[in-house]
Amino acid sequence: MSEQVLKIDNLKVRYGGIEAVRGISFDVKAGEIVTLIGANGAGKSSTLRTISGLVKPAEGSIIFEGEDITAKDPTAIVSKGLMMVPEGRRIFPNLTVLENLKIGAYLRKDDLEKDIEMVYGYFPRLRERSWQEGGTLSGGEQQMLAVGRALMGRPKLLMMDEPSLGLAPIVVQGIFEIIRQINDAGTTVLLIEQNANMALHVADRAYVIENGMIAMEGTGKELLEDEKVRAAYLGSSSS
Amino acid sequence: MEYVISVLLSGISVGGQYALIAIGYTLVYGILRLINFAHGDVFMVAGLMGIYFTATLPFGEAIPLVIIVTVLLGFTIERAAYKPLRSAPRMSVMISAIGVSYLLQNTATYITGGQPMTYPVIPVLSDTVNVAGTQTKWVVIITPFLVLVLIFGLTQLINRTKVGMAMRAVSKDFETSRLMGIRINSVISVTFIIGSALAAVGSVLFFTNYPAITPTAGAMPGLKAFVAAVFGGIGSIPGAVLGAFLIGICETIIKGLPSSWDVSVFSDAFTFALLIIILIFKPQGLFGEAATDKV
Repeated sequence: MSEQVLKIDNLKVRYGGIEAVRGISFDVKAGEIVTLIGANGAGKSSTLRTISGLVKPAEGSIIFEGEDITAKDPTAIVSKGLMMVPEGRRIFPNLTVLENLKIGAYLRKDDLEKDIEMVYGYFPRLRERSWQEGGTLSGGEQQMLAVGRALMGRPKLLMMDEPSLGLAPIVVQGIFEIIRQINDAGTTVLLIEQNANMALHVADRAYVIENGMIAMEGTGKELLEDEKVRAAYLGSSSS
Repeated sequence: MEYVISVLLSGISVGGQYALIAIGYTLVYGILRLINFAHGDVFMVAGLMGIYFTATLPFGEAIPLVIIVTVLLGFTIERAAYKPLRSAPRMSVMISAIGVSYLLQNTATYITGGQPMTYPVIPVLSDTVNVAGTQTKWVVIITPFLVLVLIFGLTQLINRTKVGMAMRAVSKDFETSRLMGIRINSVISVTFIIGSALAAVGSVLFFTNYPAITPTAGAMPGLKAFVAAVFGGIGSIPGAVLGAFLIGICETIIKGLPSSWDVSVFSDAFTFALLIIILIFKPQGLFGEAATDKV
């Protein structure tokens, strides 16, 4: 299980003159949940957006399953099995729940029935609402839909950008439970989160990003116990 | 009574022709948020091609060829004039569209010498028929049915097919659509292809009824169709179609009022006044979405 799925080497991303990501290197191995934690504006989202092809890096390389995907377009990257759950969920409000799922499998040509059943298995609420327009769902349901939509692409690596954002704590717990189940079923997960506590509990390994650089790395457990991480990201009283 | 029927018939027919153009405006706006000012001129070029192609080819070949070449024209305009400006401010793309509009008009002037060109008499469409005691051309009868069939086909395409689903997705969110693997540029091209094909069909129907084509012949029908699209709620296909029929009927009725009232010359002004009044009460148009995107 130690085969490298994703390897990022010295990634730099610039917007205009501002360097948002300043030489990040990390890797994700098959079967892992890896999380990048850090404050708002640390460069986490820019990193994910660059991996998914939405943003072109200024420097560095992105290797996915041994293949260089640096600066490829999103269609090529999705077709290799890398799906992203974007920040803020971004489900299509004018498509039905079922259509939102189908569009996650846009590049697939085979039968989708089994995958739709699998997603409904994870999220029974979506089955009940399959004919409703996506825009009518609650925030938590939209997050379920966004995760289900990404799963429809049969990802080898599932990237999630702040899945807990704006959701009630009980809903967040549910989402993280599903992340763990998805991972147990064999999907590798790269997660970025501001909710460091949840993320570190679920993650095998974690990287702390500060000012566009990796400040620290370790297993989820190690970082949960680290004094500096606790002070900066967990609030000193939490465990 | 016969007079009323004939006015209504021709109003519905003109409305149907506007509808075919209006769909091109509303589809492109729905996806690119762009008012494609060149669309009326694409319609005019389709009309001119109808003249030139039927001069050398039988109708059965000339008309499909008009549709194909119009589609190629629409596709090329998008790739050459709009696609390079994809990340530019919307105003820049609009100026590019105005530029294309003039390029098409000027090219038409160059080729025709600016002379009004006579549209050919197309068999069946131009034949007269007797409906409820009034003489009219077949095109007047055929237009509304053909329009309904085409719109039915289009709504099936948009609501039932994969490319239609992609069009709806892209119209809401470019970036997330890309994350699904959708090639935005292909979807945009499809939109222009559909809009141009419908405008080409519209040109055959429209110019059969109004036989002379000048290089600016696309401007007025284009403007009316654009107004119809706004009226119905730009971005909405049913809205554009309904708007087009309303404007067509309204304008024909005003033109058909007794000549002693002396208002027919104001038919366009009345039509626009009606539009303004409706937009005061429904600023989004009849079927337009209120701008409240839930995030």
